[in-house]
Amino acid sequence: MQLSLGPVLYNWAPERWRDFYFRIADEAPVDVVSVGEIVCSKRSPFFAPHLPAVVERLQNAGKQVLLGSLILVSLRRERRQTEELAAAEGVLVEVNDLTCLRVLAGRPHAIGPFVNIYNEASAAFHAARGARRICLPPELPLASVATIARAVPDVTIELFAFGRVPLAISARCYHARLHKLAKDNCRFVCEKDPDGLLLNTLEQQDFLAVNGVQTLSHSCANLLGDAGILRESNVGSLRLSPQDCDMVAVARTFRDVLDGRHDVAGGHRRLAAAYPGVPFSNGFLWAEPGHVYRGARPGAA
Amino acid sequence: MMELICPAGTPAALKSAIDAGADAIYCGFNDETNARNFPGLNFSRDELRKGIALAHARGAKILVAINTFPRASAVEIWQRAVDDAVSAGADALILADIGLMDYAARRHPNQRLHVSVQAAAANPDAIAFYAETFGARRVVLPRVLSVPEIAEITRESACETEVFVFGGLCVMAEGRCSLSSYATGKSPNMQGVCSPPSHVAYEQTTEGTTSRLGGFTINRFGASEPAGYPTLCKGRFSTAQGAGYIFEDPVSLDATTLLKGLRDAGVTALKIEGRQRGRAYVESVVRHFRHALAALGSGSEADIASLKPFTEGQASTLGAYRKTWR
Repeated sequence: MQLSLGPVLYNWAPERWRDFYFRIADEAPVDVVSVGEIVCSKRSPFFAPHLPAVVERLQNAGKQVLLGSLILVSLRRERRQTEELAAAEGVLVEVNDLTCLRVLAGRPHAIGPFVNIYNEASAAFHAARGARRICLPPELPLASVATIARAVPDVTIELFAFGRVPLAISARCYHARLHKLAKDNCRFVCEKDPDGLLLNTLEQQDFLAVNGVQTLSHSCANLLGDAGILRESNVGSLRLSPQDCDMVAVARTFRDVLDGRHDVAGGHRRLAAAYPGVPFSNGFLWAEPGHVYRGARPGAA
Repeated sequence: MMELICPAGTPAALKSAIDAGADAIYCGFNDETNARNFPGLNFSRDELRKGIALAHARGAKILVAINTFPRASAVEIWQRAVDDAVSAGADALILADIGLMDYAARRHPNQRLHVSVQAAAANPDAIAFYAETFGARRVVLPRVLSVPEIAEITRESACETEVFVFGGLCVMAEGRCSLSSYATGKSPNMQGVCSPPSHVAYEQTTEGTTSRLGGFTINRFGASEPAGYPTLCKGRFSTAQGAGYIFEDPVSLDATTLLKGLRDAGVTALKIEGRQRGRAYVESVVRHFRHALAALGSGSEADIASLKPFTEGQASTLGAYRKTWR
């Protein structure tokens, strides 16, 4: 079972972003790292200067690097940016919107969790057009995951296994709206919330997190206890999505449990210590509401 | 003249839509293959055949929405829906799933295909992908675009464009939202429902009404305030930055005043949301837009009768079409 690190979804300070990846390169036991600003095209210029050094450091550390495409592409400059990305040589593009597919024209690529692949026919369609890795949409239940993985044995199937779960994308920026700013003059207020802006119900239930144009869960996906059954279901990779916490510790915990050096209960305790105060969830996998957490099952790793 | 595309959740609504002047009616089968999968709604195979015969006799078209994403291991249910819609004589199929589009394009190469809004084709490159790969003839554009953006996309589009002009307003990119399944386990993409009634609860206290969805409080209303339906993205929530309608106010889309702009943008068809709504809604809204289009055609002032009774929270918005938030 591979471990992959998804792209940073939040608007971190550029130097901090760079140093985060340098540390991942040096210390985190992950096999694949997806990088690039995929949430908001306005943020991209901040990270672009650091991107070559980050990619080089990760590749020198033996990580496979994927370049993620924007989730929602509407403006002309976003289309141009996506087209340039899809034309990139020497690195695998992770497609997060179908806009890329025309330019890729059958060349090998990865598909991120923002492309709708709900069944084996869609997975086969993408596999035939060059998809080598597919990170499935987080809301898919295990039964669907297993069927899809069986149908495309040559494709590495990945699941979203740690981090706040991306639930929606909009053209509208909710950070800007909350700060009473227009999107075009947003002053990048989302940088104030490097782990997302928590959104509670009026009765103070934890519910969601806002990240600019993106809405995520308040809870943190945790499929650590499900890794055994996922392995049996031919899932080949688990994705860890960066939160404002020690992601090296998170990656080590997953690696240790996957390799049998730690049991699941101990792994959960380490994850809870690394990312305190945020409840876990895995309901989507078990065809329940996504916020639900069901503990480890028999046969789990 | 732009085509007027109207919803029908029942054979009676279909007939009302034709009577009121619809150019085309869209509907779906009574199962999980369509994105308005509510109890008592939608068409049996036999009802669809009869509806198509009626529409064709009256010079109207029927578009069949098969626009959820097929469940793994059950893809043939959706494929059968495609086959049955084609053999019933549907004028077009409205599809969202890429595997299902692939199936329809191969199996029924002469069948007209439309790209559902659920497929989230939000720019000319994505539209071109669908047109080139599956021969799609029309794309239903997301409700997140402004009129100038619609004009730009339509100018560059490899196929016809259709836009929503009235009804429920998704503020998230359609087909890419799992908020409902996060709270309830039921999603638009998989089960064809959003914020489903089966998971809604209202609690009355002396201070007013609390509405919940899947146990999450979506809104609280004072004793004198009407309690609206708890659609998740139209709820009132709380953040460190303030409380209120964080995503969108409980409003519906009404683009009546933008028809000229949409026509000048080159839009082919105007769509009214609401297959889950009754005959009265269909009849009034279709008639309203038929008059507005006639006025637009003759260059006279449109008589904008109020559609307020049919809007969510009795309030309407131009949505993203006029981007005040940009």
